[in-house]
Amino acid sequence: MLDLDFEIIGRTWKYLFFDGMAFTIELTLLAMAGGIIVGTMLALARLSSFTPVSALAGGYVNLIRSMPLVLVIFWFYFLVPYIGAWLIGSKNPLKIGAFTSSLVTFILFEAAYYCEIMRAGIQSIPRGQILAGYALGMHYWQTMRNVVLPQAFRNMIPVLLTQTIVLFQDVSLVYVLSITDFVGAADKVGRRDGRLVEMLLFVALVYFVMCTLLSGLVRRLQQRVAVIR
Amino acid sequence: MPPLIEIKNVSKWYGAFQVLSNCTTDVSKGEVVVVCGPSGSGKSTLLKCVNALEPFQQGDIIIDSISVGAKGTNLPRLRSRVGMVFQHFELFPHLTITDNLTLAQIKVLKRSKEEAIQKGMRLLDRVGLKAHADKYPGQLSGGQQQRVAIARALCMDPIAMLFDEPTSALDPEMINEVLDVMVELAQEGMTMMVVTHEMGFARQVAHRVIFMDRGEIVEDAAKEDFFSQPRSERAQQFLSKILQH
Repeated sequence: MLDLDFEIIGRTWKYLFFDGMAFTIELTLLAMAGGIIVGTMLALARLSSFTPVSALAGGYVNLIRSMPLVLVIFWFYFLVPYIGAWLIGSKNPLKIGAFTSSLVTFILFEAAYYCEIMRAGIQSIPRGQILAGYALGMHYWQTMRNVVLPQAFRNMIPVLLTQTIVLFQDVSLVYVLSITDFVGAADKVGRRDGRLVEMLLFVALVYFVMCTLLSGLVRRLQQRVAVIR
Repeated sequence: MPPLIEIKNVSKWYGAFQVLSNCTTDVSKGEVVVVCGPSGSGKSTLLKCVNALEPFQQGDIIIDSISVGAKGTNLPRLRSRVGMVFQHFELFPHLTITDNLTLAQIKVLKRSKEEAIQKGMRLLDRVGLKAHADKYPGQLSGGQQQRVAIARALCMDPIAMLFDEPTSALDPEMINEVLDVMVELAQEGMTMMVVTHEMGFARQVAHRVIFMDRGEIVEDAAKEDFFSQPRSERAQQFLSKILQH
């Protein structure tokens, strides 16, 4: 019979949430913002009529989407300091830090997924809307910025947020860089006190509750933001 | 004085299929020209070539002595001077009516927000929809949306207006409210090129009627001549079908 003692949660929840979860949420939000911006640029590039640009963007997205995230996190953490040093001509590897490294990783990784979502969103806007923008004298960027992207973004908010929930779970992988996210924090105190099973059960419960609530929110939002056509 | 819009030997292909063959015509300042013809005859395509929304492979179009086909032409600038009204209105559904009217004024003509709103409201009042300024396009009827679209184009102080089947997507009872606005515009001396099946409109305000079939301009005649004695057989057939009821 398992001998479970959940008393440890009462002692450590402040640390778990204010250190661990705060970090997880911070990284999730920053990576989402960066990922959507980079992803939107990638989507525009993929839809470009200039073949080299669209091929390059398409290649990047396909490459990233065929890589395990853990691998990319490792790569970035170990390679980027050297690449950065080489780029600026420094002899020593740059000190980038685990947080910056993982943030850049997540932005570049998630951008590939956000790109595909934004691409679908942009393609769902009728061609007549683009022609109307052009007919009023707006150039490509003005039409994208003022006509196409706001509508594409609004149509895609539910899907973008669903991807963000996946990102929220994926952030736990920074554990491989010994960063104290929510899972990392629980792992640390669990090992220290010999109560790892209890901690991991608790972590699973928290993820389940938060993700279920967020999904519910996304569903309600979906009904509210739809543009009347 | 040269015509405001000159279309010279324009040809266009979609792959191997020729949509426009050797189209030549012009529109003088203050002239109202109606373009009609069966569907698929290339009339909308020709209209879209005029403000370079569709590229063409041969010939040239000159608007106010600027070549549409030439490589170095600043197309956005050219388009900002030619108003266009679409079959499906194409108001921006995520923006209020006011924002629809002011967006291009602010971004393209660099007018101040106050100036743009003032201009927008004056034109919205003119098409009889001032009360709807804060609504979204989806809250208006088709006829109202098309009138807003006309006002939006007029906000740019265009030298000419292009209409691409402006009443084809409307319920019958809404067609007249849009045509009324267009008649008024024509009577004020606006240069207009109108693709439409509304022969009543053509009879009332057109100076010339162009009939197209299979990508060619078959007939290009003064209104009176076109309706009383169309020369080509195709135009005669078309007219007899469309005017039967």
